[in-house]
Amino acid sequence: MSSILKSNKILLALVAALVIAPLALPITGEFGGSDDQAEGVIQQVAPGYEPWFSSIWEPPSGEIESLLFALQAALGAGVLCYYIGLRHGMSKRKD
Amino acid sequence: MHIMEGFLPATHAIAWTVASAPIVAYSAWRVKKVVEENPNTKLLLASSGAFAFVLSALKLPSVTGSCSHPTGTGLGAVLFGPWVMPVMGTIVLLFQALLLAHGGITTLGANVFSMGIVGPFVSYALYRMVRKSGGSLQLAVFLAAALGDMATYCTTSVQLALAFPDPVSGVLGSATKFLGIFALTQVPLAIAEGLLTVVVMNILTKFSAGELKSLKILNREAQA
Repeated sequence: MSSILKSNKILLALVAALVIAPLALPITGEFGGSDDQAEGVIQQVAPGYEPWFSSIWEPPSGEIESLLFALQAALGAGVLCYYIGLRHGMSKRKD
Repeated sequence: MHIMEGFLPATHAIAWTVASAPIVAYSAWRVKKVVEENPNTKLLLASSGAFAFVLSALKLPSVTGSCSHPTGTGLGAVLFGPWVMPVMGTIVLLFQALLLAHGGITTLGANVFSMGIVGPFVSYALYRMVRKSGGSLQLAVFLAAALGDMATYCTTSVQLALAFPDPVSGVLGSATKFLGIFALTQVPLAIAEGLLTVVVMNILTKFSAGELKSLKILNREAQA
């Protein structure tokens, strides 16, 4: 059974490599969001298009935005890891 | 894959909202039913939603020199079937639209359609196909998550192309441009999402075998 956890280590190393590679390789790019690039294409294809609605609320700064993104990730990781920890503990108690 | 607030003409925004709304409503009913029928899987269901919450918050660099994020919807689609995911996707996208100015209320219908509906259904279909043809659980989960992620981004590209056809080359030409941004950037991220989903599924097979059996994920192994 521990072979599963061993293969997880390899899989996580592969994920890390996939994320690090673009930064380590000599790639030209600003690493901006693809959503913003798509906006560029819209302006190129339909130069006259004006967005007809704007966000009700926007984070006032990059700091606040990163706060909320971190909160989103932390909430998700918190619930997921609570569950895994709970099941881990329960399976140990059964043994 | 977030189409930004106001960046779909009103007719398109309304059409995608009309298409998504009944599916999300039905999805909410299915979530309620899953919880009623399998109360012991309630926490696992919440965890599948949480997985989508984490993954869609992570903007990762890609070899194209730009950043994008995984969707995390494949896990829940494989575990509980695709019908529970439209609600989960809607929750994630609402959070981001209201608090992060990512995506928007007018484009929520279109974004839910790509991330909450098309992605999970592609994931589930692939999972079933690979399992039926005798593929391993890991392979099925990897392909389901990775290609469901790609399907979401391809859908976004088509949605934008329909709204903004190229004046010369039309919808197809415009789709090529949007796919060039979204689909290419997404390839390594989709692979990463596939691998991460397998990691979680491995943990579940070790510690949550009971739930996976009641969801018929581990049935095959149990009988073999």
